[in-house]
Amino acid sequence: MTLAIEGWFVIEEGGTHLIGTRCASCGTVAFPPRSGFCPNPGCESESVEAARLSRRGRIWSYTNACYPPPEPFVAARPYTPVVLAAVELAREGIVVLGQVKGLTVEELEVGMEVELTHGPLADGPLVWMWGPVS
Amino acid sequence: MSVVVLGAGMHPWGKWGRPFTEYGVAAAREALSDAGVGWGDVQYVVGAATIRNGYPGFVAGATYARALGWSGARIASCYAACASGAQAIDIARTRILAGLCDVALVVGADSTPKGFFKPVGGERPDDPDWLRFRLLGATNPAYFGLYARRRMALHGSTPEDFAAVKVKNALAGSLNPMARYRGTVTAEEVLASPMVAEPLRLMDICATSDGGAALVLASSAYARRRGATDAVRLAAVSTVTPTFPSTVLELPEFATDSRAAVPAPERPFRAAVAHAAYEEAGLGPREVSFAEVYDLSTALELDWVEDVGLCPPGEAEKLLRAGDTALGGRVPVNPSGGLASFGEAIPAQAIAQVCELTRQLQGRAGGRQVEGARVGLAVNQGLFGHGSAVIATR
Repeated sequence: MTLAIEGWFVIEEGGTHLIGTRCASCGTVAFPPRSGFCPNPGCESESVEAARLSRRGRIWSYTNACYPPPEPFVAARPYTPVVLAAVELAREGIVVLGQVKGLTVEELEVGMEVELTHGPLADGPLVWMWGPVS
Repeated sequence: MSVVVLGAGMHPWGKWGRPFTEYGVAAAREALSDAGVGWGDVQYVVGAATIRNGYPGFVAGATYARALGWSGARIASCYAACASGAQAIDIARTRILAGLCDVALVVGADSTPKGFFKPVGGERPDDPDWLRFRLLGATNPAYFGLYARRRMALHGSTPEDFAAVKVKNALAGSLNPMARYRGTVTAEEVLASPMVAEPLRLMDICATSDGGAALVLASSAYARRRGATDAVRLAAVSTVTPTFPSTVLELPEFATDSRAAVPAPERPFRAAVAHAAYEEAGLGPREVSFAEVYDLSTALELDWVEDVGLCPPGEAEKLLRAGDTALGGRVPVNPSGGLASFGEAIPAQAIAQVCELTRQLQGRAGGRQVEGARVGLAVNQGLFGHGSAVIATR
C-alpha cells in the first residue's frame, strides 16, 4: 500500500484519517501538517502536535475536471472526470479539498455531509478522498 | 507630491508563441512615445517577471533594459503571481515618492503555452502548486468552479447570470483594439460551450494569452516641467496579504486556515485588498466611476463587484441585470472587456488594467469611453496570497 504523500493521512481498519497539526496553546489546526510554530500570528507557541481531523464534514463547494488535468497528474485512460469537493470540518474550522469517490457531480450539494475515505490515483498510489457517509 | 502616469503602452493580446521580450519592448516603446520621454531619460526600470520563459523571464527588468539598449538605468525585477504588474508599479511608485528618481518605466509581458497552466516542471513534492496537480488534478479552473458553485448556493446565481457577464464583457472587448477576442457573443453561445469545471463552461473561463503592457510613471513635478499638468494620478496601490484566518480556499491551497481559535477577519482577502486602496486614496466605492476587476471567470466578476463595495453581498446580479455594470451604465465594470476578452498574460495583466484606467481617465478610450470618468479602480488576485488594487484619478 503506497500513499501518494506521506504524513498527510493514514488508512486504518476503522477508516481513513487526515492528519493535521494542532497548536497545544491556542488550538489552531492546520492542514497539511506543519512543523515549527503555530500559524496563528497572535500565538507565540512553538508546540504543534500531529492531530487527526474529523472524518465527516459538509460540502463547502464542489466541481469537476471535465478535461484531463495536466502533469504531474496522471489521467486514467479512458478518462473519467475527476470530481473535487471542498469540505468544511466544523470542529477544526477549516475547509479541506479532496477528490470525491463514489458520488457523481450531479449527486453533490453544498451543505451535504460526506465522509473521508481513500482511493487510488491512476498510476497506483493512494490519496485521501471524500465519499458518501457510511 | 504624487506619482502620475505619463505614458501607457500595450502590445495587443493574442496567442503567437513569440518571445515575451518582443511584446514587452513593443509596449515599452509605445509607452515612452505616449509619454514623450526618451529611453535615455528613464532613470529606473522595473520588470514584472514571468516564470514560464526561462531565466530572461525571472530577470525581466534586466531583460527589457538590455533589449531597449543598456542605458545605465537602475533596474528591479519582481514576481507576485497575478499581482506582479501591480507590485512592479508599486516599486517604481515608491522609489519616485522617496525622491530617488523622477521617471520610471514599468514593463510586463508573457508568452503562454496552450491549455491549462501547469506547475513549473520537475518532481517537487514540497511545492503546493505541484502537489495540487499531482494529488488532486486541481487546475486553476477547478478553483474557479468551486467559487462559482459556492456563489450559486449562497446567492442563487444561475448559469444564465454568468453567461450575461460574458456577453457584457465581450461587447466591451469588441470595442478594444488591444483585446484578443473581438467578437460579440450571445448567452446561448456561452451556455452551449463545453463544460470545463462544473458549473463553468469554456466561455465562462478566461484564456491564457500572450501580451505586453508598460507604463511611464513620473513625479508630478517632473510631469509639470514637461507640460503635463492634468496627468492621471496614482492615488493608491494596495498589495496587502490576507489576514489570518483566511477562510476562503485560495489557489493553490489544499485547505483554508482554521478559525478554531481566531474568528474570521472582518474582510475576506479580496475585500481587504480593495479596502486598503480606498483608505490610502481617501475615497470610497461611491466615488468610483468604473472598475477593472479580475474576471478569471464570469462568476468571479460578480464576487469582485461585491468585494470592492459596488453593492452589498449577493446583489451583483441585480446590478448586472439592470445594466449598471455595462458600458453606459452607472458604474461600468471591465470596460476594457476584461480577462474575458483578453485572456491572462500574467505579469502584463495588472499593468494592462492600469493602462485602461489611464485611457479612460484621459478620455481616450474611443467607443468604450466611460462618460465623465474621474476615479478608476483596478483589482486583481493571484496565487499564494498575492492581490492588488490600484486607484487612479483625474
